[in-house]
Order: sequence, then C-alpha cells, then structure tokens
Amino acid sequence: MAGILIFLAIVTVIVGWYLSRQRLLSKPWLEVGVIDEAYGAGGQPRRHPLDRPARLGLGLFLAVAGSLFTLLISAYLMRRQFPDWQAPPVSSLLWFNTGLLAASSLVLHVTQRLAGRGRWDDAKLGLFMAAALALLFLLGQMLVWRQMTAAGYLAAGNPGNAFLYLIIGLHGLHLGGGMVALGRNALRLWHVEDARRDRVFAGLQLCAVYWHFLLVVWLIMLALLAQWVDDVVAFCGQFLS
Amino acid sequence: MVDVPRGPMPPQIIPDTVPPDYLPPPAEVKDVELYHAHSWITKYVFCQDAKIIALQYAGTALAIGFVALVLSWLMRLQLGFPGVFAFIDVNAYYQFITMHGMVMVIYLITAIFLGGFGNYLIPLMLGARDMAFPYLNMLSYWVYFLAVLVLVSSFFAPGGPTGAGWTLYPPQAILSGTPGGQEWGILLMLISLILFVAGFTMGGLNYVVTVLQGRTRGMTLMRMPLTVWGIFTATVMALLAFPALFVACVMMLFDRLLGTSFFMPGLVEMGQHLKYGGGSPILFQHLFWFFGHPEVYIVALPAFGIVSDLISTHARKNIFGYRMMVWAIIAIGALSFVVWAHHMYVSGMNPAFGFFFAVTTLIIAIPTAIKVYNWVLTLWRGNIHLTIPMLFALGFIVTFVNGGLTGLFLGNVVVDVPLSDTMFVVAHFHMVMGVAPILVIFGAIYHWYPKITGRMMNEAMGQTHFWVTFVGAYLIFFPMHYLGLLGVPRRYYEMGETAFVPPSAHTLNEFITIVALIVGAAQILFVFNLIWSLRNGREAGSNPWHATTLEWQTPETPPGHGNWGKELPVVYRWAYDYSVPGAAEDFIPQNQPPQRAATQASLQPAPGE
Repeated sequence: MAGILIFLAIVTVIVGWYLSRQRLLSKPWLEVGVIDEAYGAGGQPRRHPLDRPARLGLGLFLAVAGSLFTLLISAYLMRRQFPDWQAPPVSSLLWFNTGLLAASSLVLHVTQRLAGRGRWDDAKLGLFMAAALALLFLLGQMLVWRQMTAAGYLAAGNPGNAFLYLIIGLHGLHLGGGMVALGRNALRLWHVEDARRDRVFAGLQLCAVYWHFLLVVWLIMLALLAQWVDDVVAFCGQFLS
Repeated sequence: MVDVPRGPMPPQIIPDTVPPDYLPPPAEVKDVELYHAHSWITKYVFCQDAKIIALQYAGTALAIGFVALVLSWLMRLQLGFPGVFAFIDVNAYYQFITMHGMVMVIYLITAIFLGGFGNYLIPLMLGARDMAFPYLNMLSYWVYFLAVLVLVSSFFAPGGPTGAGWTLYPPQAILSGTPGGQEWGILLMLISLILFVAGFTMGGLNYVVTVLQGRTRGMTLMRMPLTVWGIFTATVMALLAFPALFVACVMMLFDRLLGTSFFMPGLVEMGQHLKYGGGSPILFQHLFWFFGHPEVYIVALPAFGIVSDLISTHARKNIFGYRMMVWAIIAIGALSFVVWAHHMYVSGMNPAFGFFFAVTTLIIAIPTAIKVYNWVLTLWRGNIHLTIPMLFALGFIVTFVNGGLTGLFLGNVVVDVPLSDTMFVVAHFHMVMGVAPILVIFGAIYHWYPKITGRMMNEAMGQTHFWVTFVGAYLIFFPMHYLGLLGVPRRYYEMGETAFVPPSAHTLNEFITIVALIVGAAQILFVFNLIWSLRNGREAGSNPWHATTLEWQTPETPPGHGNWGKELPVVYRWAYDYSVPGAAEDFIPQNQPPQRAATQASLQPAPGE
C-alpha cells in the first residue's frame, strides 16, 4: 500500500497548500463586515475564467481517478510478490497503441490551441483526428485482449494476465468516458456561434488535460506491465527493508 | 485567457466606522444560469434542484434503512429466541446480517448525510442558488437509486442476497458454502456497490466544487457553519477512499466471474480442488479497510458538524473554539487514512504493522477529544433549550463518548486480540457509528424540517421518539458490551451449550431482543410524525429557532427555486453570533450588515447602565 500512501501524501500537500491560503488562522468571531474574496483591490469584481467550476471539477475527478489507478498499482505490487506470479509477455501491439494515444493527446493539445487562436476550421480537423486516433487506440487495446486470449494467456491462468486485462479495461473505460465529453464538445464546435466560442475553447482545453492525464496513467501502467518498474521497486525496496 | 490575479488577497474588512448610508453592492451582478423545470417530471422526478434531490436522497435512504431495521429485528429474534422462528435458518441469518450492515453503513447513513443533508444545506448555508453542476447532481441521485434497486433485487434473486458479512471477505464471500456466493447474491452486491461509488463520485464533485466556488460574497471558508465543514471534509475523504472499494469490488467480480485469483488462495471445497490458487485474502482486506476506516469518519464528520450547529443554536451560545473545531475536522480527515489496518490485527498481517496502526489510532483520539470538550464548553453557561433537536444532540455527545472510549480499548493490539470477534466489537461500533450518527440524523431532521416544509414537527411525538430511542439504544448496547466481555462471539447463528456462556447471557439476549423490537417500533412513530406534521404541524415561520445561518434567512419558506429571490445574500459575520452583548436579539444573522446591528445595539442600554 506504499503507492497509495505516496499518492495521498501528494494530495495532502496540495490540500495543505490550498488551505494555507484560506486564512485558517483568522479569528472569524472578531471580523465583522464584508471580507471580499470575489472583489479585487479597486472594488472591481475579480474576473475568473468562465469554466472555473468545470476546471476544478475536472481537477477533482483526476484526483479520484488518480486514487483509483494508484490503488490498482498498489494491489498489483502486493500481488506480484506471491510465488505464483508470472508476468505475461508484452505484445508489440501495446507499443503501437501507446503511440496512437500519445498522438491523440498531442493532436488534441494542438487543437485546443488552434481553437484559442480562432482557427475553427483547423480545430475541427484536429478534433476529428484526435477522436479517430483515440478510437483506434481503444480498438488496438481490444486487439491486445484478443491476442492474449488466442495465445492462451487467459485471465484465470495467472494473476499477471488478469491484471493486464483489468488495467487495459479500466483505462479504456476512462478513455471511453472522455470520448463522450469529446463528442459533446464536437457537437458544440460544429454548431459554434460567436457568443459561445470561448466556451467551446474551454471545453477543448479540459478534454486535452484529461487526455494528457490518461496518457501519463497509461505510460505508468505500461511501465508496470513491461516490468521496468521491477528494477525501480527492487531498488527502493532495499531502503525500506 | 482572462487574467486571474494570483496569490492570496488581503481581506478587506469594512471598519466599524462605515458611513451610515453605506451598503455594499449586491453579491451578484448578472443572473445565474439555472435550469428551469417545465413539467412535473422535470420538477419532481428528474429534477436538477438540489433541494428536491436532497429529499429524493433522504427519502430513498430512509426507505431502505427501514428494510435494514426490519432485518435487525429478525436477527435479534434469532439471537433472543433461537430456533423459535423456523424461517430464520443459518443462511437467512447471515443474509440478514450482511444486508443490515451494508445498507445501514452505505446506503442509509452515507447517502443521507452527503446526498441528503449535503444537497439541502450546502447551497443554502453558503448562499448559492444551486449546486455547481445540477445535471450531474440529478444523475448522481438516479445512479444511487439504481444501486439501491440492484441491492434490493438480490432479495428476490435465486439463492437470495449474499451472506458474506458486510465486509465481504474473500475467500468465503464467493464460495458455495456462503449464501449467494455461487449464485446471484454476491454479484448483485458488488454491482450495486460499484454503481454507488460511481453515483457518489458525481455528487461528491458537486459538493466540493460548490463549497470552494459557489459561496456568496463575504462567506469565507472560516465563516462557513461547521455543518458545511463536516460535509465538505467527509466528501473529500469519500472521493479519495471510495475508489478502494471500487477496485476491490471489480477485482472480486473478476475472481467470481472469470476465475482469476486476485484474492483467492488454493482451496479444497467438498473434497474438490478449486481452480483458484495463490491469491491473497489480506490484499482484499487492505483495500476494503482503506475505504472502510475513512468511511467511519465519512459518517462521523458530517455528524460532528451538524451537532456543533445544533448545540450552538439551541444553547444560544457561540460554538466554543471554532478554529479548533475546523482544524480538528481537517486533522481527523487526514489521520483517518493512516489507521485502516487496526481492523486487521488478527488477520495475520505483518505484526510490526500493529504497533504503527495502534499509535495512529490513539493519536486520532486527540482531535476527536478536542471536539467533545468544545461541545461541552459550548453548553457551559449556555441558555440551553431542551428542544427535540437539542435532546438528540446531547444524546449524541454521550453516545459518541461511550463508543469512542471502547474504541480506545479496541485500538490497542493486546486488548483487541481477545475482544476481537466478540459482541464487544458489535456493541462498540453500533454505539460509535450506528446510534451516534443516527441520533444526529434525527436531530437534524427535527431541526431543519421547519425549513423544508414550513411546519414544526409534533413535540409530544418527538419527545416520545427521542426518549424511547435514546434509552432503548443504551438498553440494547450496554449489555452487549458485557456479553462480549463474557466471550460471546459475534456472527454466530446460535450459541448452543457453550461452557463459558452462563444461562444469564441467554436471558440478557432475550431482554435485548425485546428492547430492540420496541425501539424499532418507535421509529414508526417518527415516520408518522413526519407525515402527520406536513399538514397538521404548527406553522413555523421562516426562522423558528432564531438561528444565524443563511438557510434560515431565505425570502421564502420553504425556499423557492434559486433559493434567494432576486439578490444573493451578503455575509458580514461568522455563523455563531448568539447572545452577543448589546445586540437587540440573542442572535445576529450572518447576512445582517454591521451598522444595523450597531444601531440596534445603541438603542439598547448597555448592561450595568
């Protein structure tokens, strides 16, 4: 469970940093009057990005999803210490899929920048490409499942196989959810009116952040599956034991 | 991109010497986008108004909670009068235990505190029009409702619900010897829990974003009522802890359906070698209790918050040590993530862990004790009104101290080992996370019912309900501690002729059962009161308790769509200005401008004049 404790430590630092700016040492019983957080020094309303709640919402969701994947990693690291563990071979298709996801993430990043500059036609093309790449990634992951099954690496055969199915599945589900959000943004993009443009831009930005997050998660998971982490874990284990 | 100023803003506090005609600008310049319901379906069924969603959550939670109450009756009937009721066989008994525990902890208490009170109180107490993402909020309720339906459906599934115990420990949870293990029961339970976590996450994101960004002008974090602090912190904890339950459920589904061995060791069942092998049941326990222990505080923190507000309001006194209360809530929230393995002292985990987890467990008693002292000090020399909400709040303090003290016993490894798996543990956790939070839930319902419906609940029925419930709970659970010390094991279908259990223990069991039936029946009176008072209750007015917090200052009671009429309230003070010396009344609402309070104060002769 060391993985999740490290994750929690990071969350604690972020929460602590936020709370340290919230005047937790103040004495509210002595302060009568308006304490203005929403208004700046000149009495002008402080302007915030339109999508401020959505950004925070996404940030929180990333924390929840981060907790989920970290717990999965913790479980993986605990289970692999048992003698029956056999890591399945990593299909070369996984590397190709990783490339697809990275490309999708990159294209989406460019897309939101194009949208920010008002190049809506290019943004449409970018969004289409990013979605297509992500779909190909999901398709590729399913092919990996089928390859594994065909080669006799069944889920019931070994916990190593089972984790591979589970990790690919859960990650794919998260990307699937992201595709729904991307679809909503695509609908908006295609029917964009001048007044709503910054909203579309904001939506695309959030999608891009989510894509980057899923890419990072996937890279960590791949490192686990490819057993690069073994060396790192063994190295860290020396200090812990 | 719009430019956002960075860094903490120095607070602008209006000095006491404001010009008399000064009124700050309204809290909100442009109208917020609210979804307006057009039909009966969108207004009351697929509703996006947090207040209706709150009632939907609370209604569903109470309904399923009553099912769990009846299950506890059935269990007690077996324990008090073993063998008398033929339909309670071993399997049925374990199914009742499992469903009672799971429903009470997750589908009733968690759902009603966060989904019910969270939805109702967060926007109103913070001066917001609604939650940050109303559509997601609606979805959250309906996914929760689906989770409840799936859970209930397991009663009618072939083989009945799972009988694995509420902790669902593998390997027994998915073996054929456990009811529902190789049938539908465990599957439906796991699916229901996965749905619950998904639904909760949608709601939880809403509560946190609303608290952080939906507050009205002047409502700083340090001016929030402790109710909101409790619900907020519990939600953050739940968002981080529930994924552990999610992962554990998904992995167990794999074990059960695909034959993987995440948790399943090699087993021989009925002389047959099972296909499983090499898995680790302790891995499941780690995941489960990584969720399970924060869960205790997920239900306790909202209760702490609500009880602080009830005590302050009904003792007409500011809460003692507000800052300390906030810090304690945060400290408990953080510490509760590093104590989980105290549930596993006897599981066979590395014994060295026991020391670490015993220490963290005992440390968490410090912020908790601070809270208890502060409640008592709030009562000290207060103008205590023994209203029904106050009775329940006082009942909570006593009960929580009781349950907390036995928790200190059990937190020590050497004391826990002999007491583990006895009725002592059952008595402990029922006091601390069963009776105590439920007393708060009742107190809170009596307290906020006038705001929700515009009418007071009937006092006589309320008094009867309180005294029967409070005294009854003690008559049930105090003797249970004693049974545990005798060594009466928990989870046993019947004792039989056990040498170390004296006959008097059986008499005691009969007594507990009879009291449990009476206490359960008293809850019917509560439900009757809820319905009866809707029509026949005394008109409450907008602020019957003379409370300071914003939900009592709405222009309409019950609050209308959008809560606040044309303009949002502006907050000038903290939530606990009760009995302020020199003030016209013994409370100053949070949205009352300073000069008005000062003017009124100047009309009053100062004490001693």
